[in-house]
Amino acid sequence: MAVNIEPVLVRYLIGLFPRLMATDRAGDGLTVVTAPADEVYAVLRALRDDEPFFMDTLGDLTAVDYPDRLDVVYHLYSSACGHKLAVKTSVAKGAAALPSVTGLWPAAGFAEREAYDLLGVTFTGHPNLTRILLPEGFEGHPLRKDYRLPPRPATR
Amino acid sequence: MAMTLRPAEESAARELLRENFILTSLDAVLGWARSNSLWPLTSGLACCAIEMMCAAAGRFDLARFGYEVFRPSPRQADLLITAGTLTWKMAPVLKRLYEQMPEPKWVIAMGSCASTGGPFADSYSVVPGVDYVIPVDVYVPGCPPRPEALIDGILQLKAKIAKPQLTREVIRYGR
Repeated sequence: MAVNIEPVLVRYLIGLFPRLMATDRAGDGLTVVTAPADEVYAVLRALRDDEPFFMDTLGDLTAVDYPDRLDVVYHLYSSACGHKLAVKTSVAKGAAALPSVTGLWPAAGFAEREAYDLLGVTFTGHPNLTRILLPEGFEGHPLRKDYRLPPRPATR
Repeated sequence: MAMTLRPAEESAARELLRENFILTSLDAVLGWARSNSLWPLTSGLACCAIEMMCAAAGRFDLARFGYEVFRPSPRQADLLITAGTLTWKMAPVLKRLYEQMPEPKWVIAMGSCASTGGPFADSYSVVPGVDYVIPVDVYVPGCPPRPEALIDGILQLKAKIAKPQLTREVIRYGR
């Protein structure tokens, strides 16, 4: 079980990237760091490569559909230190593009394809950004709130 | 050379015939053979597959009917039990499996997802019933159907195979 990252490390991270904001999630107290979309790749790379963090594992990568924006969430774990952190960023729905982190964590490969398939977030630099759960040729991104379900096909 | 028998000899001859010859039609023999030796294909798609495994395991034993030889290859199977939810992504695969099975072949739609889409019928990714892609002989409702319910469905299929004109009659519940 990973423990939440030490607050002193979070303050150090904010010192490196002053535009970040950190909150503790209600319930389990997971620290969630919110980064602007143009800085999030640098933050994630620093969390993986730089000294006090050692975030060598990407636990999950998902997106959330809000009325005015799409949030992309990265859950990071450190197998060396045993702590965890979440990083969030926001993108506009019409132009939902972020740099891919498959170069940092190969586990992001499938997770980014899922976020693209179901929510329409594009990841630039992804080696194979195609639909993963839905059949090829499927139109639309079903987990978006504005997805209209097509009428059930008539019986054969 | 025609033989004419005296009446006493004739009844003795009939008795011998009845005891030593079975007169039947090819249809009846084939129906009996096919219905008693169904070879199912392992096509478990979702949770109903667990109940199908239970039906084949010790407590509910499909082996007592002769149906325990689940084949991994469609080329060797004659019964396709679609156990579970069919998604649009999987639909062409299931159709290919069905087409690879040699005739005569039958399909049991096991569970509510395979019959009508079940709880997921209105989903963007679920086919509302496998009869969208393959013809179905027996529908077994349930979520999941108990192993006894699946066995009942298989036995109804057995009756249908042995005597196809049965399907023209209405089979009432609890007959």
